[in-house]
Amino acid sequence: MHYSPVPMHIPDNFLSLIVSIICWVISAAIIGLAISKTNKALGEKQIPLMGIMAAFIFAAQMINFPVAGGTSGHLLGGAMAAIVLGPWAGMLVMTAVIAVQGLLFQDGGLVVMGANILNMGLVTAAVGYGLYRSVSTQSNTVKLGVIGVAAWLSVMAGALLTSIELWLSGTTQLQLVIPAMLGVHAVIGLGEALITVSALAFILRTRPDLLGADSESAKASRGWVWVGGLITLAVVLLSPFASADPDGLERVATDMGFINAGQSAPYSIIPDYTLPFLGETAFSTIMAGVIGVFVVGAIIMLIGRGLKAKA
Amino acid sequence: MHFDAFDRYHEKESFIHLLDPRVKVVVTIAFIVSNALLPDGAWMAFVFAWLFLLATNVLSQLGILYTFKRSLVALPFALIAITVLFSIPGKPLFTFQLFTWDLTITDMGFLRFVSILIRSWLSVQIALLLVAVTRFPDLIHAFEHLRVPAILTTIIAFLYRYLFVLTDEVFRLLRARESRSAGASGKRSGGGVFWRAKIAGNMAGQLFLRSYERSDRIYNAMLSRGYTGHLYTLNPHEMKSRDYFVTAFAIAIIFIVQIIGRL
Repeated sequence: MHYSPVPMHIPDNFLSLIVSIICWVISAAIIGLAISKTNKALGEKQIPLMGIMAAFIFAAQMINFPVAGGTSGHLLGGAMAAIVLGPWAGMLVMTAVIAVQGLLFQDGGLVVMGANILNMGLVTAAVGYGLYRSVSTQSNTVKLGVIGVAAWLSVMAGALLTSIELWLSGTTQLQLVIPAMLGVHAVIGLGEALITVSALAFILRTRPDLLGADSESAKASRGWVWVGGLITLAVVLLSPFASADPDGLERVATDMGFINAGQSAPYSIIPDYTLPFLGETAFSTIMAGVIGVFVVGAIIMLIGRGLKAKA
Repeated sequence: MHFDAFDRYHEKESFIHLLDPRVKVVVTIAFIVSNALLPDGAWMAFVFAWLFLLATNVLSQLGILYTFKRSLVALPFALIAITVLFSIPGKPLFTFQLFTWDLTITDMGFLRFVSILIRSWLSVQIALLLVAVTRFPDLIHAFEHLRVPAILTTIIAFLYRYLFVLTDEVFRLLRARESRSAGASGKRSGGGVFWRAKIAGNMAGQLFLRSYERSDRIYNAMLSRGYTGHLYTLNPHEMKSRDYFVTAFAIAIIFIVQIIGRL
């Protein structure tokens, strides 16, 4: 049914039960907060609106554009939902989207749904909205540039969190999953960034009133800027650290008791890294370089486009 | 597009179809959790869990292999787990060269990899079965009975109700793009990647505006019909004694599977 799955929906049993439950608890807490905030801020009119917006995100994921070699770029929508609807409503909308993907299309499992909601709905919305709010008073060109970066980073943050959950569950190896997931999602995120920016540019041109009406107070918005900034910082710092020095992250996890909790198997899942291939530093340096080129390229293109449109 | 284009429900009057949706949700979750708790290499337990699935397939009148035939959707994700083949210490089973890397598959690694795949494969099948024997609105109601907040279930109900409407909208947009991007067959049409991405973005923006305005109309229409913030159903869900019995029976079987897995 013209529905293209994104390689971030974790199926059931790829995460250990403990990791699944921890993710459910975190997601449930954030969703609960989102529900109480939305209930306070909005009337019953907002429920049909959020329902239609959830259907919109779902349907918008079907819009794709050919990139090269049979692959195509399309939207995940977390950052976009948070920017157009506000962070809390955006999170609820994304939760509904991921719930239906898991329930109806088996795209993502049921017991691991808490993790999928956290990775693709909550974190993406927080990053997208936080970075967007940090420039809300700036000109449209700056806004659109930052929206692009925010959309790209939101996908990367989701991918990083997915990798860490898989690794804590003993399903995969950190030094492999992080470069692989981040590498793939650096490209997927580029599609996300391009579509999000041009969609919001379109809305800014035609119905700027929809984006201007924001119910968040100045104080709350500063909070979001912090949240978005911190997650971004975590992605930027953690990815190179984790790819270059996986032992470091393993040590932290062992100290905190995660490793033992995460693994039901009676033997140690993560031995010393004796994989003979992928010289750790070389590969991660290359990856970092590739990602950097993508980001800089995207930013330059976007700013150039914005300037041209103005002129 | 027809309203049930996305529906996975199979209209039947079977014993399983007539159960209360809550029963089906609870047993499904219990089955998936049970799979997660089975140790690696518990082959007998995996076989029994599958027999349980096959029996449910038969009881649902869907045909014994209904879920089996559709169960490969999660397979691509197996790639993510492939590294455990090489990374867990154990007796080497098989060594081969891929480009310049020497890879050794260990017996423990193989055991874990296959176990992860089987668990996930079993869980996907029961999830497939759940939506095949339960109408989606009933499923949402079951979640509401199971204390999922009403605001979430209502959003999901709206999503489901209007998904096919907005999908039609997307198809109209895609058709309009097709018909305006003329190109000789075999030749590349359209501009560069960035131009194409911009067009896709404009379409997403257009879809957003149409959805937004549609939600206004929908709300007004609902208001005029007496909407107060609650959705009602004509299917009153009541747990009958049969529902309790089936739940207890299924949970008992899942327990037995757990015991078999630990023998």
